Amino acid sequence: MELLLAVVAGVLYAAGLYLMLRRRLAQLIIGLGLLSNGSNILILSAAGVTRGKPPLIAHPEMTGEPFADPVPQSLILTAIVIGFGVLAFALVLAHRMHQSTGSDDIDTFGPDRA
Amino acid sequence: MLLALPVVLPLATAIALHFIPQRSRLLRLLAFLGALLLLAAGVSVLVRVQYAGIQVLQVGAWPAPFGITLVADLFSALMVVMTGIVGVAVTGSSFAGVDPRREGLGYHALIHVLLMGVSGAFLTGDIFNLYVWFEVMLIASFVLVSLHRTRAQLHAAFTYVGLNLLASAFFLTAIGLLYGQAGTLNFADLARAWPERRTPGLDAALSMLFLSAFGIKAGLFPLFFWLPASYPTPPAAVGALLAGLLTKVGVYAMIRVFTLLFPNPSATVYTAILVMSAITMVVGLIGAIGQHDLRRVLSFNLVGHIGFTTVGLALWTPAALGGSILYLLHHMLVISSLFLVSGLFLRQKRTTDMRALGGMYRAQPFVACLALVPLFSLAGIPPLSGFIAKLAVVGSMIESRHYFLAAISLAVSLLTLLSMARVWEESFWKPAPGQAHVAHPPRLGAAILAPVAFLVTLTIGLTLAADPTYRVATTAAQQLLDRDGYVSAVLGNGVLRAAR
Repeated sequence: MELLLAVVAGVLYAAGLYLMLRRRLAQLIIGLGLLSNGSNILILSAAGVTRGKPPLIAHPEMTGEPFADPVPQSLILTAIVIGFGVLAFALVLAHRMHQSTGSDDIDTFGPDRA
Repeated sequence: MLLALPVVLPLATAIALHFIPQRSRLLRLLAFLGALLLLAAGVSVLVRVQYAGIQVLQVGAWPAPFGITLVADLFSALMVVMTGIVGVAVTGSSFAGVDPRREGLGYHALIHVLLMGVSGAFLTGDIFNLYVWFEVMLIASFVLVSLHRTRAQLHAAFTYVGLNLLASAFFLTAIGLLYGQAGTLNFADLARAWPERRTPGLDAALSMLFLSAFGIKAGLFPLFFWLPASYPTPPAAVGALLAGLLTKVGVYAMIRVFTLLFPNPSATVYTAILVMSAITMVVGLIGAIGQHDLRRVLSFNLVGHIGFTTVGLALWTPAALGGSILYLLHHMLVISSLFLVSGLFLRQKRTTDMRALGGMYRAQPFVACLALVPLFSLAGIPPLSGFIAKLAVVGSMIESRHYFLAAISLAVSLLTLLSMARVWEESFWKPAPGQAHVAHPPRLGAAILAPVAFLVTLTIGLTLAADPTYRVATTAAQQLLDRDGYVSAVLGNGVLRAAR
């Protein structure tokens, strides 16, 4: 499972970074989204995946039993919320740029040609 | 409770500002008062830390490695005070008038959200919490930069947003890998646990990830190109806020994370920091000389001088790190006041292109003299604060036998002097060019000069109080290098003894 997650995270990072190097705004934003999802999966897999166990300790005497680590999950939850807000902002910014120039090619916005 | 104030006060102010009718004088007054309170809170934290040692607050009374911890050592406390000072100057400058469309879109509240993010980043003792504060600060700055932008300026905003989000992704990746190996996020707990659990490969990878993430935010070579592209476009007050605070948070995070997690000064990453800092100084200042727009000159100067603030980390001695901290304090004051000065030109001549400026000394000699102090201070003319800070940094380089580095720093100082002399000559001294004449240029009143005067007074104050400030900075550096002190302050004395 960890291996699969690691491969998925790697693919998401590679695709995200590749898209961020493109000139089109839409691709840049999709790249940002992929990158943040890639880091979420990386957090999950780096902290270790526990199968079929609750992230809570039900009774004090159960402390010896294996349980899923809740911290990475809460980190990912926070990161998802932040990523969502940032992505929404980037979309609005891109929309405004598209409105003012009629293009989504980053090079047409440059100070030299504006 | 005191430690939470620098975070809670701006938040409360930002919320309160939403209930004030837009475009009223009360709005600006409240924003200003909020910043004053932040400054007062910062000063009281500094006083407490100075006399009683490192202060720790376990938020929600959760014991240290489990909950979020707020920690103020001297370095954090100094930075919070500087946040308050820059906040006061920037909110104070809004009395002279803000673009009404901006004000209607929550300009004042956004400034306070940004101040909250910056103070939070300086005070947190938890690495994931640091990431969250970074994001709070960034999203506020994104909105401030892109409010009502024209077409070319939107491009700058997008460069800024894209690269900073990339840096955040790197930071988050590093946190994920760190947690996977160390199993904790608390700085003190990490400092204790990480050296035992690290593997050389992961250690190198993590340090490089942190270096790229913070290097982008701080504006180090070769990661700084977004900065001169985006800082000159927003209004001068926002420029002062960004230039004075945001890059410095990157430097702060770099110093904090590296001193606690990578306490091995012979590691490759420190050579990398050393080389990057040196190249940053040179490239930044050479870039500044080729520019014609005042705000672009300042942005390149900002980049170049960041090198002085990170070089102390690479040298890893209390004197060098203390020198860098002193430089950081001086630079925050001077660069924000210079960005506010560029706002004076923007108001009077509607441009900051130096070819169209001039005649300021003849028209308003007092204003010109006011601007002369930060200009010369940045260039490092004795006896101003820039000279003292440079002396501390270069002295520590010679002490640790980095003669070549010291030579580079001195050459860079000459370049800064050249660049500042050009700014003085072009924008203040030469006669105003005829064709760029604005009919009835508005005289600069007390309201717009007061924030500049405030920062200039503090720069002079820093010069006069150079000896005590340098001692405080050196003590802060000693605290940074004393990891055990930090760990036992946060986790309690028993932890270290149990580990041994």
